[in-house]
Amino acid sequence: MSKNFTVHLKYWRQNGPTAKGYFEERTLDTVNEHMSFLEMLDVLNEELQLEGKDPVEFDYDCREGICGSCNLVINGQAHGPKKGTACCQLHMRNYKHGDKITIEPPRAAAFPVIKDLVVDRSAFDRIIEAGGYVSVKTGSAQEANARPIEKETSDIAFDYATCIGCGACVAACPNASASLFTGAKIAHLSQLPQGQVEQSRRVVAMVDQMTEEGFGDCSNYGECEAVCPKEISISAIAEMRKDYVKAVFS
Amino acid sequence: MPSYLKAINSQVGRKFMTGITGIGLMLFLIGHLGGNLTIFGSAEAFNIYTDKLMSLGPLLYVIEAGLAFFFLYHTILGVSIWLNKRKARPEGYNEYKTRGGASHQSLASRSMIYTGTIILVFLVLHIIHFKFGADYSTVLSESGKEVRDLRRLVIEEFQKTWVVIGYVGVLGLAILHLSHGFWSAFTSLGMKHGDTSKKIQTAAYAFAIVIMAGFIFIPLYIYFTGGEGSLIAY
Repeated sequence: MSKNFTVHLKYWRQNGPTAKGYFEERTLDTVNEHMSFLEMLDVLNEELQLEGKDPVEFDYDCREGICGSCNLVINGQAHGPKKGTACCQLHMRNYKHGDKITIEPPRAAAFPVIKDLVVDRSAFDRIIEAGGYVSVKTGSAQEANARPIEKETSDIAFDYATCIGCGACVAACPNASASLFTGAKIAHLSQLPQGQVEQSRRVVAMVDQMTEEGFGDCSNYGECEAVCPKEISISAIAEMRKDYVKAVFS
Repeated sequence: MPSYLKAINSQVGRKFMTGITGIGLMLFLIGHLGGNLTIFGSAEAFNIYTDKLMSLGPLLYVIEAGLAFFFLYHTILGVSIWLNKRKARPEGYNEYKTRGGASHQSLASRSMIYTGTIILVFLVLHIIHFKFGADYSTVLSESGKEVRDLRRLVIEEFQKTWVVIGYVGVLGLAILHLSHGFWSAFTSLGMKHGDTSKKIQTAAYAFAIVIMAGFIFIPLYIYFTGGEGSLIAY
């Protein structure tokens, strides 16, 4: 049996997009090293509810690091301190007795706060709608090997396609840029033959939409790659830029 | 497809043009340093060089206008990206920390707007200081031509403590600006992250240090030798 330990939490509370937010503080004495970060927040919410207070709202779904719902900024780092790890997979064994933990929502004009730590990430959906798709012939599925694709190419495409759209890139970027997300969505399609048909239209439409949503410019800080739970390389942004320039001159 | 005007104002286009203008300005720095180093050539080499530049006539104005355009465009893009960032994140974090690792966040990358602003102010003062500085004249021994004695002005000015401190200080800050800018320019032009990127980052440090050391050497040498050092006194 592992022993319980104490952490001091400081978390953001905000009633709505236009309401003024503030920090609330609370000490939790029953944190266990086997808990995930979100389970620790569950314990916090249980305590709050037992006292008749509103629980702290936070986003989650799978709690397996694959859905991209969670996106907390923990002690100033998107998804917390662990490389390649979504905060739902961050375990409390990474903290020690007496640690102070500050939890904030991702802060970006394009991600308005819905409540507390939950932000509206539908800007990402609109970027995808603008061009993150391929048109395919309907009917029965094509034979899988009809279109040979080199292993290296499919691996690169897959690496970009692992983006779960959590928005940590935006949260961590000093400019609140969505370039890694948009770049990954563009780059995974542009690697493959299926993505070629709409490539020029796609990159222009998605870059336009990204700008329209109010995300900042990319300044090549590379912080997005460092915090990405899927460790997507900023080469995705290079692909986006190349595709864009190609589209302009095509 | 987007019009060129729209493309150049898109987020990709803005960064692309920041990179292009940045590379242009770095090429200019190489030329500028080459010219400066003629001061160690012979007693007249520097004045012959500046006289050649001046005698380009209208072509010089075209070059100057082009340079001014590059500087201004680079500045406008940098400032607009910085302003945009404030719009994109109106409420900042209570606590913010880089994750390290793949991140290129550093003193250099985070201070681009500040080092850039200082360089811009310096640039204006630098032009006033030398281009519009004291108009000494001298006669070239070989051709007998009367030319501006910029060499004398440079040697006189770099014996003033505050001038040397100012130049060395700003040029030192320019190392920071270049060490991120060089790498970032290539990244903005589509360089992928990987081995090439690592080499370019190393090249960026080398470029920034070598170029600025070259510029810094001149005022320091003149100051500490009182303009009488063997490299410069003929």
